[in-house]
Amino acid sequence: MQRIVIIGNGIAGITAARHIRKHSDDEITVISGETDHFFSRTALMYIYMGHMKYENTKPYEDWFWKKNRINLKRAWVEFIDFEKKQLHLQNSDHIEYDKLLLATGSKSNMFGWPGQDLKGVQGLYSYQDLELMEENTQGINNAVIIGGGLIGVEMAEMLHSRGIPVTFLIREKHFWDNMLPQEEAILIDKHLSKHGIDLRQETELEEILDDGSGKVKGIKTKSGETIDCQFVGLTVGVHPNIDLVKESKIETDRGILVDEYLQTNIPDVYAAGDCVQMKEPMPHRRAIEAVWYAGRMMGETVALTLAGKKTKYQPGIWFNSAKFFDIEYQNYGIVLPQCPEDSSAFYWESQDAEKCIKIIYKKDSLEVQGVNIFGIRNRHEVWDKWLREKRTLDYIIANLPEANFDPEFFKHWEGEIQEKFNEEFPDKKVGVRRKGLLEKILG
Amino acid sequence: MKAIRFTGLILFLFSLGLFLSSFFMSTLTLTEETFNSIVKSEHQETLKPVLSETFGNQYSTSIPFVKEINRAVEEVNAQAKTNQEWDKVIYDDYAGSLARASAEGFVPENKLLFFILIYVVGAIGSLMFILPQVKLNGPPGIKNNHIFHHALNNKGWMGILTGALLIGFYILLYFFPAYITNWIIIVDPLQKLINPSATSSQWFLYGFLYTFAVLVMGVRMLIKYRHSKYQIFRTISVMFFQLAFAFLIPEILVRLNQPYFDFKNMWPLDYDFFDAWHINTLTSSGGVGIFMFAWGITLFVVGVPLFVYFFGKRWYCSWVCGCGGLAETAGDPFRQLSDKSLKAWQIERYLVHGVLVFAVIMTIGVLYTFITGSNTIMGLDTYTYLRKPYGFAIGSIFSGVVGTGFYPLMGNRVWCRFGCPLAAYLGLVQRFKSKFRITTNGGQCISCGNCSTYCEMGIDVRWYAQRGQNIIRSSCVGCGVCSSVCPRGVLNLENRDEDGRFNQPILLGNDSFTVSK
Repeated sequence: MQRIVIIGNGIAGITAARHIRKHSDDEITVISGETDHFFSRTALMYIYMGHMKYENTKPYEDWFWKKNRINLKRAWVEFIDFEKKQLHLQNSDHIEYDKLLLATGSKSNMFGWPGQDLKGVQGLYSYQDLELMEENTQGINNAVIIGGGLIGVEMAEMLHSRGIPVTFLIREKHFWDNMLPQEEAILIDKHLSKHGIDLRQETELEEILDDGSGKVKGIKTKSGETIDCQFVGLTVGVHPNIDLVKESKIETDRGILVDEYLQTNIPDVYAAGDCVQMKEPMPHRRAIEAVWYAGRMMGETVALTLAGKKTKYQPGIWFNSAKFFDIEYQNYGIVLPQCPEDSSAFYWESQDAEKCIKIIYKKDSLEVQGVNIFGIRNRHEVWDKWLREKRTLDYIIANLPEANFDPEFFKHWEGEIQEKFNEEFPDKKVGVRRKGLLEKILG
Repeated sequence: MKAIRFTGLILFLFSLGLFLSSFFMSTLTLTEETFNSIVKSEHQETLKPVLSETFGNQYSTSIPFVKEINRAVEEVNAQAKTNQEWDKVIYDDYAGSLARASAEGFVPENKLLFFILIYVVGAIGSLMFILPQVKLNGPPGIKNNHIFHHALNNKGWMGILTGALLIGFYILLYFFPAYITNWIIIVDPLQKLINPSATSSQWFLYGFLYTFAVLVMGVRMLIKYRHSKYQIFRTISVMFFQLAFAFLIPEILVRLNQPYFDFKNMWPLDYDFFDAWHINTLTSSGGVGIFMFAWGITLFVVGVPLFVYFFGKRWYCSWVCGCGGLAETAGDPFRQLSDKSLKAWQIERYLVHGVLVFAVIMTIGVLYTFITGSNTIMGLDTYTYLRKPYGFAIGSIFSGVVGTGFYPLMGNRVWCRFGCPLAAYLGLVQRFKSKFRITTNGGQCISCGNCSTYCEMGIDVRWYAQRGQNIIRSSCVGCGVCSSVCPRGVLNLENRDEDGRFNQPILLGNDSFTVSK
């Protein structure tokens, strides 16, 4: 029986712990300084908005860990002695390990702006950040968010739920347009405006202003405009949290460098989740994939290796999801913000600009590369199959109703999408979905 | 807009206040004429001497009056029992009928006015409070902001107060209806409108209040979930079945001299269906009665397995049923309070199936008595040991006092989850022979917990979703709210092939290894 120690109780660390237990009887210890128990980081926003309590965000009841013999330790690790295979905790305790998994997650980016350390300026990643945000936003009149990404829009929604007017500064032309093609980005821009978010495109932060007592009183943009606010959300992305190992023998770049088995350069030391940087990323994939799903999959995979069944990390077809206020987003396969030379995009948008679908396909073969879907739910299973089978655009459009995952009685958009396709590809015409009897009656 | 809401709230509170204070707004005077006209002649002889000293006394509320009547009846009964004159024991509830006939003054003289001020103004006030949410709450979408910050929704003082009021109301309604004579009188104008020859009873009051709550709070539900057609159709359905099937049709049937019958209610939820008096009423009412009897049996013998096979138990529990209707409308603000722990699930399974077993045994006993004419099985009286305890413990306490009274404390499906024998029966079919499931969309779950939090049946939906497993639970009533609140489009209620409900390989998006259930 070996002693496996995991640093970090987020999705990567905890998934690893659970799967190690499925495959072995090893002693498992999970160390976290953040919280006693695993909670869903993606749900932090809902605690602030009052949709849930902290307790509701814990995917497992507290008895679960003892029952599955997973020891939880609430502590911060100070440094790791890889020679002696020992962790030194801040309270000067020592923990010994046979195998170690680093799952230390991310940290919010701070780009050294003047005033970024003022009170009322923060990012949002950890449970402590949430507590800080609760404190920082008491009784304030205006808030500014810097950086148009997923955490930025979540923060905007959080503040909006408390009736705090939000000015949202993004450096780019449109929301999240380093990830989204322009059409989709514009659709989200419009939706944010509909919710009363004051979106300022192509606006960069110059400095954050001090009210004289160390608190934020406003910001100044590069164009010289000042905006009064008592809270600044810095949401310009995250980077791997490698503070613990930066000065150690572990090879790091932006993240902790690992091979295809998620193993670091040091024997018996592995890493998973946001903190990881793949030495050799797979084709079309980023070296750092700081998303929930990657964390989960790395945890699932590294658990097998740790439990003695050496397994390569091979995530399947890429997928992702998000929600921007009321618009849900799903993505399967590869959709880059700039369409590659050899590819083209099929795009359909609903009249009300609340729903759209973008399918990227190879110009010559019509083979589909990926899809972005907003406001319509689609089946992961079906898209996964289509992309594996390298299906063509006309095949997918013809069979699109099969992928629909919207609740019963929802309006079906596939007919409209197929009609648009038939207009654009008159020589490849597909059958148009006909309305069912019930749909006609209820329509 | 905010001013409209505020005014609406004031109007609603005014109506609620008037409703509560109308309890005190009549005087009661028992006269000899009233006594003679209400009390059966065989009881008059014994009851009159002990009550006659109260004739002409004016009581300021129903409380001392009812106490006085009950004291007199008890005195007569005690005397009869000591003398072993069993035929002289009085079982009739004279407190209610005498209070009703003796009430005079403000409320009885102005019942229509009271009806308007309480129910019409109350409805207007409620709608003024609810309707502006269309604009104020922003574009259609999930509206759960501040639910856990609110004193009503999160077991704060408002929740506790609401629970206390509901529990108090149910106790009065079931066990002390004579005290709420004024409330019963106030709904009489509506009773007369539907059936001029009838007089409102405690059950008419209850049916009306119930329907009132379902309709008004149904409007709230429609607005809250207006982005979801599934929720819209479902809500309209429960509002319709409550108004038409549970409230109006039975009253109209009575007006047409037919038996009172709720065509959507069924055994074992309708636990007195096989009571001797009920069978006798139906079978002695000609073709219509026989049809009702056959319909009631067909519903649970054929209807349940058939419809549950194709649609899951939701066809009943969250589209048709009255208990479900109240839970899905008036109860929606409390759905997040249901306990999601494994412990609660264990208790639930013992309790709800235990009640089903109890209902079956009770019914067998009652039918045995009906068929054989013998009141006892193995020396035990079927009424005293089966029917009566069932009616009291399950029919009144569990389904009413606890089932609805505890909405603001334990969530809106306390009865459906822990107590309803019909839900247990539907659930068994759903679990073992049905096309219905909640499909999990591959590996898209982010474990956020909205689905579990807002599951009124206390199912830990996330437990399955985060593993990529479908959710097939006997208790699921198919309200669809897990699917509505999911921020990633992971959950969908579906009727699909039976194969593939369980044991399918799970797609998690990870090719490193394969998993199955």
